[in-house]
Amino acid sequence: MMTQLDKISERAHHRPRHETEKRVRDTNPMPFKIETQDLSFFYGPNQVLFDVSMAIQQQSVTALIGPSGCGKSTFLRTINRMNDIVEGTRHTGQVSLEGMDIYAPQVDVVALRKRVGMVFQKSNPFPKSNFENVAYGPRIAGTRNKKILAEIVERSLERAGLWDEVKDRLHEPSLALSGGQQQRLCIARALATDPDVLLMDEPASALDPASTAKIEDLIFELKQNYTIVIVTHNMQQAARISDRTAFFYEGHLIEMEKTTEIFTKPRERQTEDYITGRFG
Amino acid sequence: MSIHLTRDLDGLHRSLLSMCAMVEEMVHKAVDGLAKPSEEFAGELARQDDEIDRCDVQIEEECLKILALHQPVAIDLRRISTVMKITGELERVADLGVHIAERASGLVPGTEIVVLDKFKEMARIALEMLHSAIDAYVALDSELARNVCTRDDIVDELNREIIQELVEAMQHSPDLVEASMHLFSASRHVERVADHATNIAEDVVYLVEGQIIRHRSIL
Repeated sequence: MMTQLDKISERAHHRPRHETEKRVRDTNPMPFKIETQDLSFFYGPNQVLFDVSMAIQQQSVTALIGPSGCGKSTFLRTINRMNDIVEGTRHTGQVSLEGMDIYAPQVDVVALRKRVGMVFQKSNPFPKSNFENVAYGPRIAGTRNKKILAEIVERSLERAGLWDEVKDRLHEPSLALSGGQQQRLCIARALATDPDVLLMDEPASALDPASTAKIEDLIFELKQNYTIVIVTHNMQQAARISDRTAFFYEGHLIEMEKTTEIFTKPRERQTEDYITGRFG
Repeated sequence: MSIHLTRDLDGLHRSLLSMCAMVEEMVHKAVDGLAKPSEEFAGELARQDDEIDRCDVQIEEECLKILALHQPVAIDLRRISTVMKITGELERVADLGVHIAERASGLVPGTEIVVLDKFKEMARIALEMLHSAIDAYVALDSELARNVCTRDDIVDELNREIIQELVEAMQHSPDLVEASMHLFSASRHVERVADHATNIAEDVVYLVEGQIIRHRSIL
């Protein structure tokens, strides 16, 4: 069986790696929201990303996959400079949001993170009410008017598909919600600052299948208005929800293609070995 | 890859190879039978066809089980989908084998048919195509598979010539009408065998290269 697979790989994976990115750029009809150019990243002396060049379409879902430690989460966090808070980190290369270099000295990091929201693996609502959790961002950003805040909270909860479930308990503590509801609350909280981009780091990995399905449906809805980049260890989830998939291995971007291509005929042998569970 | 998936894929591979062998043997017998027609012959092949039908269902069940349990992707997905399609083609080839045998049973022993040599030539090419398509699957040889596809035109042309000659034979010798009609049908059945061999070869190209070449003029 393995020798047969070797043969297939020899024939199917004959194009060189650098063509991947070129082809993504050449065939892409939509404008790019996020672009990285030769992005390398270091934790102290350890380099964890190597010359990653990637272009991410607006209003699309891009899934980042790869084994643990491959750099996908680090890459995700460079997009809203979350890595800045880790001491001893540095990067080379460029990350741009709609053409603006987000690491340029004049960039206001707080404003950047308003535009690029983030949702984490474990839901992390503040120990406050549902209303206060969602209103937190806009309030910090200066919105004081109660009516406007109430509108933002309702709109964000609706977009996160949670309004009907919490509209009668807006002032109850968020920690009383179920895990899946808490995660959607965190999504609503991220939406409240009216971002363009949503970064998601394994947002459904701690949820049961029904809650996972809700989050996945929500991601599908949200891509009409937002650019979504999601890290996931769940291959089927990446296949279901994303338009494009990028495979990382040991800090390198191995392949980025339309998701349907990646999961039916990946160009690179390493991608195939990973998604079919032959390593990693 | 999980040991379970490896084991299931290996089992599937073995089942398909055994079905290939049965179908090939049966079609060979059917074509050979045209030269020495007999009544029992069609019944014997019909029994073999039942066995092949069971094989077809069993392989499909195995494939569905693997899809449901392992949700394969990439090469594993291509292999399952290819196996499902190839078994379908093989099952229809076996049906054609039965039909050819039925035509053979209808032929009157000893009747001289003028186009028989050309028919044998067409049958030889069609059976070679089937054999090569199966070889291409086993060896994962997409070049060989593409080569099979190109030979389909030769069979189509021979089929046209045979039918033309049979029509002429029937016009000149009305006593040959019955035998010619049987050969007419048999010729179309053999031509269909070549079509199925071509479909299998196209499936092999998809398995190996991930490219669907069906309904495209460029091979």
